[in-house]
Amino acid sequence: MIILVIYLSIFSISCLGNRMYEIRFHGRGGQGAVTASKILATAAFKEGKWVTSFPFYGTERRGAPVAAFTRIDNNKVELRTQIYNPDSVILLDKSLMNIINVTDGLKENGLILINSKKNDVLSHPELKKFKVAVVDATSIAVRNKLGDPAHPIVNTAILGAYAKVSGIVKLESIIDATKELSPSKINENINAVKEAYEEVEVI
Amino acid sequence: MVLVPTAYAPSSNNKTSSWRTTRPVIDYSKCTRCMICWKFCPDVAIGVTFGEKLDYPNERFSKLEAPFINYDYCKGCGICASECPFDAIDMVQESEM
Amino acid sequence: MRAINKNWSIMTGNEAVALATKLAGVKFVSAYPITPQTAIVEKIAEMVANEKMDAKFIEVESEHSAMASVMGSELAGVRSFTASSSHGILYMHEMLNWVAGMRLPILMAVVNRSIGPPWNIWADHSDTMTQRDTGWMQLYGESNQEAMDTIILGYKLAENKDILLPIMVMQDAFTLSHTSEPVEIRDEEKVREFVGEFNLPFKIDINKPMGYGSLMPPDGPFMELKMDMKKSMYSGVNKFIEITKEFNETFDANFPGPVEGFMMDDADYALITLGSISSTAKHVVRNLRNQGKKVGLLRILLYRPFPKDLVINYLRGLKGFGVVDRSSTYGPFGSLYMDVISSIYGKLDIPAANFIAGLGGRDVRVVDFEEMFMRIMEGEDGEIWINAGVK
Repeated sequence: MIILVIYLSIFSISCLGNRMYEIRFHGRGGQGAVTASKILATAAFKEGKWVTSFPFYGTERRGAPVAAFTRIDNNKVELRTQIYNPDSVILLDKSLMNIINVTDGLKENGLILINSKKNDVLSHPELKKFKVAVVDATSIAVRNKLGDPAHPIVNTAILGAYAKVSGIVKLESIIDATKELSPSKINENINAVKEAYEEVEVI
Repeated sequence: MVLVPTAYAPSSNNKTSSWRTTRPVIDYSKCTRCMICWKFCPDVAIGVTFGEKLDYPNERFSKLEAPFINYDYCKGCGICASECPFDAIDMVQESEM
Repeated sequence: MRAINKNWSIMTGNEAVALATKLAGVKFVSAYPITPQTAIVEKIAEMVANEKMDAKFIEVESEHSAMASVMGSELAGVRSFTASSSHGILYMHEMLNWVAGMRLPILMAVVNRSIGPPWNIWADHSDTMTQRDTGWMQLYGESNQEAMDTIILGYKLAENKDILLPIMVMQDAFTLSHTSEPVEIRDEEKVREFVGEFNLPFKIDINKPMGYGSLMPPDGPFMELKMDMKKSMYSGVNKFIEITKEFNETFDANFPGPVEGFMMDDADYALITLGSISSTAKHVVRNLRNQGKKVGLLRILLYRPFPKDLVINYLRGLKGFGVVDRSSTYGPFGSLYMDVISSIYGKLDIPAANFIAGLGGRDVRVVDFEEMFMRIMEGEDGEIWINAGVK
């Protein structure tokens, strides 16, 4: 057990190193991008990190493109600027790829996690420079009755996938934070997190 | 202790009758006790009397409460005289009183 | 790594303010919602409705009325609170002067937002800068922790019997108000004990009628009342230092006090800032120090009263400094710059530039601070607008 703890702590340090980790979420109003950024921050905080999470505020309405951000660091986060060069981009809605440049400023070899079926994103040549992961969070959300079938809430599922492919935060922490921040359907949300953790694929 | 703009004297101590050049006088033989003057007085200088022996236009009005003018505070603006629907209030020069 | 034995929670600046009013034992709240302050009012209304906060909350039809109604409750001896932003602050301008002149220690949280036209809901200090001469004390916070702590410290300072002045507690729109970050929740019992009972010496008493603020002729003590306000306000600097010390001992905290010097000890060049951009500036100072540049940052937390002696002490020995104003005012220079320069007049002779940055929520980036430091190191002065210009 002690060896495992030491191993895990070395593992998490090696992932974060001594630098700040910046994550940008893209979604549409109503999909839960802002809450996702807060759940991720809360999860990392539970592991002893310092965090901030904030939305990009424009004029909000259901369906409009929204962005949200999370910063994770071993030291207190001092930077209060927008995030220009994220380490990861999390895309809650793949149709946004046709509207905005979702990889804008993403670091080379940075991770982009897309809510999509695998074959749907292979045709996008601009993704070649990055580490791409896909999970069908929409199906998982519908299966778990999160939101309604026309407007599934995919934020918790995508975070389960992110825990696996990023290595920044543990699955257990995401589950704990989801429990804390879900307004309702806590068990369904946790199931979605776990299913996405299993199903996510790096391509 | 700090200085505060308060005074231990209610504003009722501040009698404003000296501001007046004309005074309203009610002719109770015309007054129907409608209380419109009381409503309109901007200085709350018109009060209500109870059971006083006052003149009245006819018997019907004899049991009603009547307005009276508090000359300690009336500034003589004349709004009551202007609003009275029965011309029951006259503005009289103070010098003639 | 942070201490794990404390009561942490991830919350926005707005949530921190709302919670702080509950901790401080506020008994009356009246407000009118305006973005980005709305979440404060919503949270308080929710806590009152769920009986988690023992207070009366009333909705009003405008900010002018909000300030008028907290003035009434405060006069009745009840600890009162309101919150607003931007045009709401402008609309209550008349009442702000009344509340200060009546010596009522009301606290108002302000989420700093720009002033239109054009409409803009983002961070900028123009709203409170226009109210800096109303007789209110002004505290500009840098983090959500400070959003909570300044409310607690604020009530103790405002209600001190030698001060009795209202306080505006500021946080920047969105960069703090809607940003979630760890906040240590102060212990409610300790906060109550720290702030103490509110006892207004001249509260309304129906058995002892009083006139409040009635007409005063030129030879009445009008001028003396204004003199006393200024005296009380400026005694607030030292009182704030005392209260900060007591706060830090009580809560094992490190609240900085009226000003915060960051790496100022051996600095040759420094920036002076207000509000949340100070946090990014610290990051830049650290980076520049790693490159061997002797730079520092002086953050003004207490803007009214202006802590001029503390500022002079920090600036002594510098080769140059810059003052960052995040507001559009139309004096010869930005308002913070003019306060700093008039404070050091005749005492220090140092080249100083005035940077105007971040209006209407424009991001003040790392590169912007690097540019500011570069320009003061090159000896520039005058008014310089940063990251602005028709492109």
